[in-house]
Amino acid sequence: MHVVFESGFFTNAPVRTALIIGAVTAIVSAVVGVFVVVRSQSFAGHALTDVATTGGSAAFFFGLSPLLGFIGGGVIGAGAMDLIGVERERRRDLATGIVLGTALGLAALFLYLDTTKGATTGATQQLLFGSIFTVDPSTVPLVLGLSAFALAIVVLINRPLLLSSLSAELTRARGINLRGVGVLFMIAMAVSVGLSSIAVGSILSTALLIGPAAASMRLTKSLRASLMVAGVLGVATTWLGILFAYDSFYWVPSSQGLPVSFFIVSLIFIAYLMSGLPFVRRWVDRPPRANSAGASNQASTEALEGGA
Amino acid sequence: MFSGFMVNAWEVGTMVAIVGGVVGFFVVLRGSAFPAHAIPNGAFAGAAGANLLAINPLIGLGVFSFGAALGIGALSRRGRSDAVTALALVMMLALGAAFLSLSTQYEPQIFSLLFGEILGVSASEILPVVALGAVCIIAVALLYRPLLLTSIAPDIAAARGLRPQRFEIAFLIVIACATTMTVPVVGALLIFTLMLGPSAAAQCFTNRAGRAMAGSVAIALVTIWLALACAYESNWPVGFYVSVFSASSYGIGRGYAAWHTRRQVRATRESLRSAALTN
Amino acid sequence: MTDLPVLQVDEISVSLSGRRILDHVSFDVRGGEFTGLIGSNGVGKTTLLRTILGLQRPDSGRVLVSGMALSPRSRSLGYVPQKIVVDPDVPMRARDFVALGLDAHRYGLTRRTPQQRELVEQILHDVDAERFADNRLGSLSGGEQQRVFIAHALISQPKLLLLDEPLANLDPRSVQEIVALLHRVARGYGVAILLSAHEMNALLPVMDRIVYLTGGRAASGTTDEVIRSDVLSQLYGHHVDVLQLHGRVLVVAEPGQDNQAIPQHPTLTLG
Repeated sequence: MHVVFESGFFTNAPVRTALIIGAVTAIVSAVVGVFVVVRSQSFAGHALTDVATTGGSAAFFFGLSPLLGFIGGGVIGAGAMDLIGVERERRRDLATGIVLGTALGLAALFLYLDTTKGATTGATQQLLFGSIFTVDPSTVPLVLGLSAFALAIVVLINRPLLLSSLSAELTRARGINLRGVGVLFMIAMAVSVGLSSIAVGSILSTALLIGPAAASMRLTKSLRASLMVAGVLGVATTWLGILFAYDSFYWVPSSQGLPVSFFIVSLIFIAYLMSGLPFVRRWVDRPPRANSAGASNQASTEALEGGA
Repeated sequence: MFSGFMVNAWEVGTMVAIVGGVVGFFVVLRGSAFPAHAIPNGAFAGAAGANLLAINPLIGLGVFSFGAALGIGALSRRGRSDAVTALALVMMLALGAAFLSLSTQYEPQIFSLLFGEILGVSASEILPVVALGAVCIIAVALLYRPLLLTSIAPDIAAARGLRPQRFEIAFLIVIACATTMTVPVVGALLIFTLMLGPSAAAQCFTNRAGRAMAGSVAIALVTIWLALACAYESNWPVGFYVSVFSASSYGIGRGYAAWHTRRQVRATRESLRSAALTN
Repeated sequence: MTDLPVLQVDEISVSLSGRRILDHVSFDVRGGEFTGLIGSNGVGKTTLLRTILGLQRPDSGRVLVSGMALSPRSRSLGYVPQKIVVDPDVPMRARDFVALGLDAHRYGLTRRTPQQRELVEQILHDVDAERFADNRLGSLSGGEQQRVFIAHALISQPKLLLLDEPLANLDPRSVQEIVALLHRVARGYGVAILLSAHEMNALLPVMDRIVYLTGGRAASGTTDEVIRSDVLSQLYGHHVDVLQLHGRVLVVAEPGQDNQAIPQHPTLTLG
């Protein structure tokens, strides 16, 4: 036991904060992420995290809270994606790439100005790759509030969101404001990305957004199950990552330890790869037991499969 | 700005632009924006690893770019290719961050690997870089026509015995090769903009493939030269200027295309109107 | 002068996802002939064409082109797929795409000879694509693009041209134009044509032979030989009637039978 949980793990205050923030952001990312994957918006979701990077680095330069910077950047990025639209995939991906590139270029500038302006070192590392152990505990309520906000949005629009992923016409025919749903979802994405940028850094928050979601969708057949499994995977990988990072202080001679984000991302990647293993696939595809929930599952499964 | 160590930068920068333009032509044609973004992130991890092992960073860049290209090629056959590419991309970045954290020069190394460094290529490395660039260009020249057909009409190509999957892998490897030589100067996170903006802009100005490729190279050259000059004067990162100028060229290209279309529509309307009047 | 058929399909069977799509399908196409492959949607026409091209491996049976097994590099077969989406942003003129039909398989960069350029001009003229030859491929209408694809397939002078549902989304006037064009071009270039469609009436004036596909099985021969009540009834496994009306042919099942398997133009169903 002592080998797994190095001394002081449970009593260490930053660790406790990290566990809370990590769990909450993982859940939000997982939930939002499932819809991102269903809507095949993985590239756009990733681009959003890079624009969030710009926001975070700009905020840092101007002395503002990086969290708000990340979220602000995310919202601007979401607006840009919305402007780009969903016309032809080729042109959309190209435009997304250009926006992404410009955002990162600006981030480069801000980070450079950071390093020349002040004595703050490690800005690049913290913003891009996470600083979950150094988060100010007083931000925890803000994090919890924002998480609840993002989750509330998703809960509110979950049905039209799913429907619009299947068919834009169907959604419009039902009188649902397609654009409104899209905008709301983008806001939820921006908040989610902003939160996970604190935990694992903006560059890597894609992993929390897409990884658990993509893995869980390979393992489950209904939307509800996907959401739950994604949440569980997200929290599990985050907590394990925090644990390993803490332990790595003791493993690695430089006593700096390896970054938390490295462990979290690696675990997510491994989880995703494992979800594709043959024996796992066979277990997933086993014949279903007859149950009354079959009908609703059917619709959700079609939603999941149609979202490729 | 044109003497001493900067000569190095100009030489390498020119090569980077030519390769970026040539390879970028096909990146835009095939809609491979995402892999073009993802493979360099693999390069980042490789360079970081090489730094840790105190070997030539070009080797690390090369090996990991190659691996990332093959990995994306293999993984994208099964499962949703977008999600997989995103995860592989991020995994590489995390790996790179981990490697760097184990070395002593964490901060400045991260920055220059991610965002570029005018002097990213030392004098002793010019030859391998130029050689790699030549390999890229020769590869594209050899594959030019089959690659054109498989990119535009894969079904027809398949019927002719040109297997699209093979060419996809081959092209990803070319991207990996181009990445290896371009990342040190422009940065892993930003090199793909050089492959996107200028090529996308060039394709707005002409209908012909050959001219579009020449245009890609020309615009990429202007982009790099301007970026190097500005970075030298202001000390701001090269990658920043590359991304901004690439985006600008894309904007100019799109603007021209829109103006051109409007002009054509107006001309058609005029001719229809005058035809109706004379009848 | 060899009398080997240009194409021999010999007892081809193909299963996909456990379902038997093609069941011992056999027919020949002779040089210069215009053959229609008729069957309703989903019956396996595309699968059959892909098998002929070597893109789909059959469970059993073989395909011979001019008496030899097909090698993709032999270029005796030209192919126009069903739906190709070309992005309007792609910088390629129709003319250049047709020229690509000559040398897409060649590695390396070589300039095109004046004779080759002459050939491109000739083919563009023959398919009536001259007026939009310098436009972007992706900006052309469906019908215009189709002519360009036909030219692209023809320019390497194949012995057989395969077209997958070229008439599917065209208005009746365009259907007539394309059928006439194909007929003219086939005669002019001496190339055989195998064209799949779900409605045979537009092809009746030009078809030399017909391959009628349903339920995985096929009947082949001239239209008079195949489009008969007894032949088709045997193919379907239940009684069908063949009606001739103003030069058009209607295949109707008895009331109560499953009408879905019969290829009909939607506006021609009796009702």
